[in-house]
Amino acid sequence: MPLDTAIADASASKPAADTARIALVGNPNSGKTALFNALTGSRQKVANYAGVTVERKEGVLTTASGRQMRVLDLPGTYSLRARSPDEAVTRDAVLGRLAGEVAPEALICVADATNLRLVLRLVLELKQVGRPFVLALNMFDIAQRQGLRIDLERLSQEIGAPIVTTVATRKRGLPELLERVEGIIVARGVEPENVWREPTAAEIRAAHAEAQRIFKACVKPPERPDTVTGKIDGVLLHPVAGLAILLTLLFVMFQAVFTWATPVMDGIDAGFAALVAFTNTHLPHGLLTSFIADGLIAGVGSVLVFLPQILILFFFILMLEDSGYMARAAFLMDRIMGGAGLHGRAFIPLLSSFACAIPGIMSTRVIDNREDRLTTILVAPLMTCSARIPVYTLIIGAFIPQKTVGGFLSLQGLVMFGLYASGIVSALLVSFVIRRVFWRGAVEPFMMELPTYRWPEPRNLLINLGTRARIFLARAGRIILPLMVLVWVLSTFPYPPEGATGPAIDYSIAGRVGKFIAPLMAPIGFNWQMTVALIPGMAAREVAVAVLGTVYAVGGEDGETGALSTLLKHQWSLASALSFLAWYVFAPQCLPTLGVVKRETNSWVWPTVMFAYMVSLAYLAAFIVYHAAVAFGLG
Amino acid sequence: MSEAFALSPEFNPAEIEPGPLRPLASARRGERGVIVRVTGVSGAAEAVAAEELERRLLEMGFVEGASIEVLHEGLFGRDPIAVRVDDTRVALRRREAGAVSVKFDGR
Repeated sequence: MPLDTAIADASASKPAADTARIALVGNPNSGKTALFNALTGSRQKVANYAGVTVERKEGVLTTASGRQMRVLDLPGTYSLRARSPDEAVTRDAVLGRLAGEVAPEALICVADATNLRLVLRLVLELKQVGRPFVLALNMFDIAQRQGLRIDLERLSQEIGAPIVTTVATRKRGLPELLERVEGIIVARGVEPENVWREPTAAEIRAAHAEAQRIFKACVKPPERPDTVTGKIDGVLLHPVAGLAILLTLLFVMFQAVFTWATPVMDGIDAGFAALVAFTNTHLPHGLLTSFIADGLIAGVGSVLVFLPQILILFFFILMLEDSGYMARAAFLMDRIMGGAGLHGRAFIPLLSSFACAIPGIMSTRVIDNREDRLTTILVAPLMTCSARIPVYTLIIGAFIPQKTVGGFLSLQGLVMFGLYASGIVSALLVSFVIRRVFWRGAVEPFMMELPTYRWPEPRNLLINLGTRARIFLARAGRIILPLMVLVWVLSTFPYPPEGATGPAIDYSIAGRVGKFIAPLMAPIGFNWQMTVALIPGMAAREVAVAVLGTVYAVGGEDGETGALSTLLKHQWSLASALSFLAWYVFAPQCLPTLGVVKRETNSWVWPTVMFAYMVSLAYLAAFIVYHAAVAFGLG
Repeated sequence: MSEAFALSPEFNPAEIEPGPLRPLASARRGERGVIVRVTGVSGAAEAVAAEELERRLLEMGFVEGASIEVLHEGLFGRDPIAVRVDDTRVALRRREAGAVSVKFDGR
């Protein structure tokens, strides 16, 4: 895992052997991650827990007394009774039976001071475990503003643990919290025996009643309860206005992902193209240079080029999450998604997939149910990702006339819209088929808390965004880079013979495979050049454009699309061009996506299933489109 | 409270319809009441066992005696619904809400 260490923040130096380990537990939306960020700042490291695809976030901090502590941010939960892989990690970490992990010496239970009712039951469960813990009453400023009175002394007695009030976003109460944590670590004697076991419904009822008793005894209802959230929800959850606002928001998000990212992406592209050119001219011509320039540098570039879009996308997602809107979006979309057999929470991953299926698939972790999650992963690549745009633009520019239809609609724009729409419709159809034919199982319950609205805190947002970026670079880099090198090998070896006239790629393995399978692709109207372009295009969809440039020997690496477009117009029939577009709507022309699916599902089964169904759909769609077009005399 | 209802000799579900005791699934926006009984049986095919659904509902605060108010309804088929359970706002589908019986305030 060299990349893991490489991305670890330099300041997160190896902690000393006597470092204490603490873990944060709490309900979702309790400000747990904000507290984690406030405690550890940028001294964080993100990886996976051994053997599962649950994110493991650990940070290092130094207390006022100079003691180093390792802090683990555990996934949020309402109970130690795990319902999802994430919650299972929380349970096992708290119980100290997580494979490959040392049990924490102490826990910090993070609670939203304004929403104590549900967390008290979790606290009672922690008490059964017997591991010492401190209760952090977070967002205490909001509780005070509401005039909520909490008898801290009594509450501390009732739960048998120290209590510290904190405001994570303002870093208030942190020294005191750490002091208490150190206190319980030092004072720790023989831990009482763990008597926790998965509660039955009757036991949950009893625990709830006990929590209720403690709550009534210690908490006086707020004098000025929050009414803002109710008022905002009146608009945002309005059956009609709410959906309209959500769609507007999505539209803005889209625009931002495309328009804000484009200049940066162009810059990165140009920078790497310049670097490749520089390497090619300044290093002696040869295999090593080609490997460095076309394999490594171009490979790194192909990973980095997605970063701007991913950052913008995650900026929006984090804003929506931190503000509390995300749960509302899932509420509004649940029925629409449910019609296609998808869970309400599948909405965000699918939305992300319009930028790139990789972050989309990575964000399916929010879905608890395995079948729901796998269905979402399988259909995510059908969403039109930004890498398809260069291909679509090239073909549409070459073959679809610049006409206006119906007075103001551009025909080219309409075709582009049609391609997007067919992606969405097919994703919904495929998930419908998966959930109604293959996994006919009953529907997973949809139940989620609608948290109080809050202003996202910029510092917190930045830290989380940085974490997302590092995860993407580490995960995607580990997969995309080797694949890019593989594609380079396939399109470089063997060398063209002496005195060869055609472009070098014709003689390579990629070229040969392309020509070999060309007869297979003839029924869908592909010539061998198109087929050859598909093979390096497996690395990333837009690479096909550059390869078409190479096989038709126009332009160089940069592929002058103007010239290429004119050339294609004379070389391909309209039917072939439309067939190529149809192919691109469905084809799994993206090895990195398949690699991420492998990582996220921990098995080669799902990438294989994905590849098989997408290739079949692509072939079928291209076949139908080609023959329909020929029948209409466009061949 | 549920005990009282369950053990009462007069308790007959058939008689209660369409009285004030109804499943939360049938509630409309603005209706308030008190949760009388939570079971794991929603009346629809669930992906999770009845005991599991019951525990999930309990963990989200759907417990006998909790006050409840329907805050919002979705656009299609008025589903899902957003409810206030004591002080917590929770979204759930009507199918799962079928497992929660509520004594609604008389109107």
